[in-house]
Amino acid sequence: MMKRAEVKETNNPCPVINTLECKACERCVLACPAKALSIGTELNERGYRYVVYAGSGCTGCGSCYYTCPEPNALEVHIPQTEKKEND
Amino acid sequence: MAGTTRVLGGHPGLYGEYSRKGGIAITATHYCAGCGHGILHKLIAEAMVALGVQDRCILLSPVGCAVFAYYYVDCGHVQAAHGRAQAVATGISRAEDGAIVLSYQGDGDLASIGLNETIQAANRGEKIAVFFVNNTVYGMTGGQMAPTTLIGEATITSPGGRDPVQSGFPIHMCELLDTLRAPVYIERVSLSDVPHIHRARHAVRRALEIQRDGKGYAFVEVLSPCPTALRMDALAMEQFINEKMEKEFPLKLFRDRSKDTEPIHRPRSDYSKDTLDRIFGCTEETLRAEAFEDTAFETKGIKIAGFGGQGVLSMGLALAQCAYDSRRYVSWYPDYGPEQRGGTSNCSVVISGSPIGSPVVDHPDVLVAFNRPSLVKFAPTVAKGGLIICDSLVGDYAVPEGIRAIAVPATEIATEMGVPQAINVVMLGALMEVGGLGLPGEAYSGALFEVFARRPELLSLNRKLLEKGAKAARESRTT
Repeated sequence: MMKRAEVKETNNPCPVINTLECKACERCVLACPAKALSIGTELNERGYRYVVYAGSGCTGCGSCYYTCPEPNALEVHIPQTEKKEND
Repeated sequence: MAGTTRVLGGHPGLYGEYSRKGGIAITATHYCAGCGHGILHKLIAEAMVALGVQDRCILLSPVGCAVFAYYYVDCGHVQAAHGRAQAVATGISRAEDGAIVLSYQGDGDLASIGLNETIQAANRGEKIAVFFVNNTVYGMTGGQMAPTTLIGEATITSPGGRDPVQSGFPIHMCELLDTLRAPVYIERVSLSDVPHIHRARHAVRRALEIQRDGKGYAFVEVLSPCPTALRMDALAMEQFINEKMEKEFPLKLFRDRSKDTEPIHRPRSDYSKDTLDRIFGCTEETLRAEAFEDTAFETKGIKIAGFGGQGVLSMGLALAQCAYDSRRYVSWYPDYGPEQRGGTSNCSVVISGSPIGSPVVDHPDVLVAFNRPSLVKFAPTVAKGGLIICDSLVGDYAVPEGIRAIAVPATEIATEMGVPQAINVVMLGALMEVGGLGLPGEAYSGALFEVFARRPELLSLNRKLLEKGAKAARESRTT
């Protein structure tokens, strides 16, 4: 049921945006310290515009995740290196 | 470890799909864009799971936008009537000692219609965590002024801005509850932006820890965005909370007494028959005197009426006691105004040989009238062939046809004996003598002991009054 955004294998942290749940409230856009998020121009199937990631800049700080009011709209994927074993 | 990915997301404690909500986006909430409820739901769910108490949690949904909190949070739920959440929470908490009860309420629910429940529950130190979502406005109903609306803030019912002369001032719930002794934890937090959310996350967790440990009342006020009703975008909303709301509602840890507080253990309520018998002084002897079926016994309805304070109700009680001691079925049913003295009062007593369906006596077999107004009021209702006993002070009165009437100088006798307040005992004596109720004379003396006085000198005085009443009734009948 939930349409999941594709997660590309990458070595960098990135937000994963599930477009169906996003309501374009812009809280994550304001919260992102890297200013890597913006509201796109396309509409999701419910008629909301939704947030898009610039493709680079994410530091994995999780701010967008914590401020997002929609529990299923946004995830942050943070690849773990051997040095940063903090999970 | 190389190759693995840490994922912030997916919310244990919230359902994956909101099947109760339904609709085309079963994975999205019903809340507006930018609403604070989703953020707070996430924090509560996260704390619930992190503390390992999900199975013990019962969330109270309020009336307001979060009325459907049970769509989302994966725990037990009860949806309470408007404002009543903390009263319901009290019941749940008391009935299920192991439950972790979370009351989730908005400013209309908690600070307006439910203000009393809030203060009383806090004052009792109920074992509940309260999450008070303050967004300064009634969101669900379309943006009306709330108790927490700021001075000068425009809403659809305060279009020129809240005017304190007309509408008073914003209510500060944390400060109000902080005057009470019982609450364990009181904090005001905000969901305006990420740093504030992290502080709120800590407070939510603290409130749940206090419940896990059974320590008492935890109150977390959450300044929360309502972009729809306040007609603001995300930036304006953030600034409004940080700059305007915080000025009126300062963020603060008002108290955290959890370290110095012992868990509350309330003993189970004991409603067993043994305990009740003990409380009501039922001894082996009195318990033996249970009523028995006796179809030969004629059911009687008695109405005793007078001014409040004349002992009308206690005379009824004495009669009821007398019937009970005689192992008859009996009911006593008082009817009185709000006055302890003055006003009118009456009571109905039914005495029967079989279980009594209704304690109401519409057509008494015997009316005992202590004064004229009672006589005038109830004499026409007396059953045909019935009896009226009244004080001789009532004066002339045309008794309805087919009814016997006896005047007893009860006031005079009681006054002569130096106990003017004991008119009712004299009347009871008259009733014993001429009432034809089929109860043995000893039972009346016994009732004096049970109902009026246990001190020997008073008991002997009451017995004299009873006998004088009986004698007066006897003489009145013969004249």
